[in-house]
Amino acid sequence: MSESYFSVAITGSGGTGAVTTGLIFLEAMAHQGYYGFMIRSAGPQIRGGESAVMLNFSSYELHSTNDHFDYLLAFDWFNIERFIDEIPLNNHSQVIYDAKAGEVPKALQHTQANFTAIDLQKEAKVVTDGRANMIGLGILCQTFEISEASITHAVNKVLGKKGEKVTKAAIDGITAGMNNSNLEKYPIAKLSVPSVKRWSISGNEACGLGALTAGVKFVAAYPITPATEVLEWMSPRLEKLGGNLLQAEDELASINMIIGASFGGVPSLTATSGPGLSLMMEGLGLAVTSETPLVVINVMRGGPSTGIPTKSEQSDLNIALYGFHGDAPHLVLAPLNIADSVFTTQWACYLAEQLQTVAIVLSDQSLGQSRAVINEPLIHTQLESKRLIAANEDNYLRYQLTESGVSPMSIPGMENTMYTADGLEHNPQGTPSSMSHDHLTQMNKRQNKIEKFNYQIDGEDYWSNIETGNYDIKDTNICLITWGSASAMVEVAAQRLRSRGKAVKTIAIRLIMPLQKEALIKAIGDSHLVMVIEQNQGKQLFQYLHANQALPGNTLSYARPGPLPLRPGEIMTQVGENL
Amino acid sequence: MSTESPTDLKPKNYKSDIKPVWCPGCGHFAVLSALTKSLAYLKIPKHDVGFVSGIGCSSRIPAYFDTYGFHGVHGRGLAVASGLKAARPDLTVIAAGGDGDGFSIGGNHFLHACRRNMDILYIVMDNQVYGMTKGQASPTSDPQWPNKLTPHGSGIRPFNPLAIALSSGASFIARAFSGDPSGMSKIFVEAIEHEGFAFVQVLSPCKTFCPEQSEWKHQVKEVFSETTNDSVLAAQRIHSDNGMGKGIVYQSNKPVYRCTYDASIQRKDLIKEFTL
Repeated sequence: MSESYFSVAITGSGGTGAVTTGLIFLEAMAHQGYYGFMIRSAGPQIRGGESAVMLNFSSYELHSTNDHFDYLLAFDWFNIERFIDEIPLNNHSQVIYDAKAGEVPKALQHTQANFTAIDLQKEAKVVTDGRANMIGLGILCQTFEISEASITHAVNKVLGKKGEKVTKAAIDGITAGMNNSNLEKYPIAKLSVPSVKRWSISGNEACGLGALTAGVKFVAAYPITPATEVLEWMSPRLEKLGGNLLQAEDELASINMIIGASFGGVPSLTATSGPGLSLMMEGLGLAVTSETPLVVINVMRGGPSTGIPTKSEQSDLNIALYGFHGDAPHLVLAPLNIADSVFTTQWACYLAEQLQTVAIVLSDQSLGQSRAVINEPLIHTQLESKRLIAANEDNYLRYQLTESGVSPMSIPGMENTMYTADGLEHNPQGTPSSMSHDHLTQMNKRQNKIEKFNYQIDGEDYWSNIETGNYDIKDTNICLITWGSASAMVEVAAQRLRSRGKAVKTIAIRLIMPLQKEALIKAIGDSHLVMVIEQNQGKQLFQYLHANQALPGNTLSYARPGPLPLRPGEIMTQVGENL
Repeated sequence: MSTESPTDLKPKNYKSDIKPVWCPGCGHFAVLSALTKSLAYLKIPKHDVGFVSGIGCSSRIPAYFDTYGFHGVHGRGLAVASGLKAARPDLTVIAAGGDGDGFSIGGNHFLHACRRNMDILYIVMDNQVYGMTKGQASPTSDPQWPNKLTPHGSGIRPFNPLAIALSSGASFIARAFSGDPSGMSKIFVEAIEHEGFAFVQVLSPCKTFCPEQSEWKHQVKEVFSETTNDSVLAAQRIHSDNGMGKGIVYQSNKPVYRCTYDASIQRKDLIKEFTL
């Protein structure tokens, strides 16, 4: 029997090249026609630290990891205990490790996996400039019967910039590893090469692409893990698009800089992570009150405080929803997977401009720093940011009360429509006012513009992804509600439950604020088991949906903190126990 | 209304119809009037001015101008101004605020705005007191100045804004006095014309909480009558002055931070790098 869904983890301390090995393997499998998903996990060291890559491959597009890994390639056992929980093994798992690494650690022996020691370092010495990681990769390639063409393609793609000497040494190493391996093969299904070109993209790149596609032209930001790659990807490309990235002195500056740029008429964005978002809250309130459009991509990591900078958690929902002082209506969106990071970010930028407000996009480390081989993602060409611009006429009222709540915005340089934007409560002209009438009417305006907006695109709903498998939604009596990176895991669990005859639907919420409450209630229908699943301690989505009276009273919550990803089996157990 | 062509603009045309919240006798009135004169003198179209501030008595000033303005949050005026200038280099960007706003809560932005040396005029109306919160010590207050919050005085040595600006890289550094509006207006003209970050500290007395500052008119002296581009000489002048010397103390041509705009690709070109 040939397999079309399998997983491989690669670990090693700094300098062993675990990440490079993973990237080449991902590219080679993509060349063989496989979809792939690669999560990176790293220790705290800047350089020389241990790291792990976790790869999942399938004949269909996937965004999740499995319950167990089929293979583990370990270049050494250095600090392996830091990853052991992230790489679950069982008695079917094959572990290939460098014989020089020494005895298999006890914690791994307990998994009852099958261990094979190979002297990778010794074999590497036979190859000119040979490296143990390429020998290891060769063993994987032999096991999975990867073609020579795919290997050459992948090595050139990943290492091509380093020159011929490096690529030759890599290919020679892989070949040596393949020739010397007598490991049992793991026959994978032969797939035809896809006719439509697939993409290889990380979640952070996808967010950046979504932003630039929407027309973002100015970014100010302060570096922070795990959001920095969003910025580093955008910086040179923004410049080539005629825009710019300004490195700020801190997040207080970055949020206020994009407020200034957006006031100047230029669609603007920043990217950060939890600690940075905390610092930005006052500025975000200013943007809401002054009705200055902007977008914050928040790539979540373990919190609170400095937390776990290199690992994932979905625990910034509360601050994104409620972090403001005062009543500050705004938008909160969350991409459901890497592919969706393009669309959701693009949509957020579009909505922020349309509604002249703040949109917070909640990505996370497991999306942002993972790489996937996927189909070309959805990009809406008509979703270009377009602000309602004022007519260049006298007696302009910046905060005019309108039916939609959105007031035409004038841009510095327009000759007749000067005004002063203000974070103080103001009257329609923008003049500071502490009168209750002005406060009430302006608050209502800011609330109404967000509540009244039609969030459909061409008559289609995008507030969530609802999956029912082959079931009619009316017949689904189990309803799993989730958001963000958890969505992919929940959907895999749902697929497995459906294959066992359970009528399961999943609702993965993309537009979290404003909550599309009526649509959600309708989608839940009369399901008799409703469970909200998320990766945080505080049941943040569950509490929010309950507070909005959008859930049946007996709805269950399954919430636990990161950094371990939610696993399909874990979710199935939770659902099974409550059936 | 701006039917006037820039050549017809009088100082009063730059004023809005909003009445300032300032107390009678406040030094800030003179700043308002001097700046309108400078803008009229330079014939800068009103709609090409972006006037940004933070929070405090003096930070109310953008609304009193009939230009584009942004009244932001406490201490962040320079950040808003920097973003505006980066995105819209065509505008004349002016940031203004007080000593608490600029030197305390916004101190870090002050350092980095000086370093970045963008083409922005930054006016700090310094009255050595937090006026809007009714009279607490600021970073420029005398350490023995008693007030309700720190009854024995702050006990902290005051901050020398000119020295900080110089060491942080500002390329135009001056001190003006609200008791000398025409001198102040001339400094603003030079500062706006200067290419780079121009910092002007205005000694602007607070009649309400620091009535003793009415003595400033007898203490302020034209010390920096000659400017220099020698930072060592400027430092010497700044440190040998008692904080009451006015004039342009330092001006030099330093590289100005400019965003580069290339526009060599189109958005649709971005996706190419992702296809396998």
